[in-house]
Amino acid sequence: MAYIIIVSLLIGIVIGFILPINIPSTYVSYLSVAILAALDSVFGGIRASLEEKFDNLIFITGFFGNAILAGGLAYIGDVLGVPIYLAAIFVFGSRLFVNFAYIRRYLLDKMRKR
Amino acid sequence: MKKSVYISVALVSIVLGIMLSTQFKIVKKSGVVTVQRADELAAQLKELQSEKDALLKQINDLETKINAYEDSASKNSVITQTLKNDAEKYKELAGLTDLQGPGVIVTINDSKEAVPPGQDPNLFLVHDEDLLRVVNELRAAGAEAISLNDQRLIATSEIRCVGPTVNVNSVRFSAPYVIKAIGDPDTLEAALKLKGGVVDTLATWGIEVNIKKSHNILIKKYDGVIKFKYAKPLVEGENK
Repeated sequence: MAYIIIVSLLIGIVIGFILPINIPSTYVSYLSVAILAALDSVFGGIRASLEEKFDNLIFITGFFGNAILAGGLAYIGDVLGVPIYLAAIFVFGSRLFVNFAYIRRYLLDKMRKR
Repeated sequence: MKKSVYISVALVSIVLGIMLSTQFKIVKKSGVVTVQRADELAAQLKELQSEKDALLKQINDLETKINAYEDSASKNSVITQTLKNDAEKYKELAGLTDLQGPGVIVTINDSKEAVPPGQDPNLFLVHDEDLLRVVNELRAAGAEAISLNDQRLIATSEIRCVGPTVNVNSVRFSAPYVIKAIGDPDTLEAALKLKGGVVDTLATWGIEVNIKKSHNILIKKYDGVIKFKYAKPLVEGENK
């Protein structure tokens, strides 16, 4: 599982560098919030798979749904002059850490049992 | 089921990788563009400054020529002589001649006190508002001609903060600021040193204000060009 993630992440990074994708600098902040949401989904997916509760559909919809929602909220916030993207950064950031803590504990438990 | 899980995870990771590298590219590129742009603008600025210097020299040359013409013309008749005298008077009022007389020299410098923690360091610097207050006070006390760092203050002169510097007649200055004013030296000094006045207020922040009275101050003329593009004089009796 971990190998798949790392290898495909590298493939994605290479593709991103090769493809001439250009996003106007105005939308950079939305993309960064979307990246945070996506990172959160990936960590959540790893955690779920370690707990053996992984659900493919939830994972996929969570990934795209969260990313789009986060970007959209950031956009709405910009239009309304309310920094909603802070909420997205806060929620996804804290969830990232929580998920990472779960993964760490799970792996440590596994190592101790050996 | 297992296979589809791997595929979806791989797909998601690839998308995430693309997003990450795209973001990285944009952030990196925008940084490079700013540096290039700054260099470009700096070069442009330099070019324009030398151009401006050349033009100023041209103005000076032309002005001496005009003076020579006026002199030679005024020798011819009384009318031109009076016209020339009138022109001199209006030039004086408009700030287009060097003037001298008694007055004060006010030197204002940023505070050298250490900024106490929690205090806004901006309060310890000289701002356009401080300079405007000093100039205003001098005018109220009957100053007849005022210059800031040898830039003559005329009707259209601005005193405006531009970042850490102050623009006067579109020329940039930083502290210390030297304000020269021609007028009654005692009155001018007293006006600035009024209790609760400008100097008192500025002293609270440790801003150094040094007032020197002098019998002979030379204030240079305004060396720009005064030209109205939009304003037209209203002729009496014409339709408004």
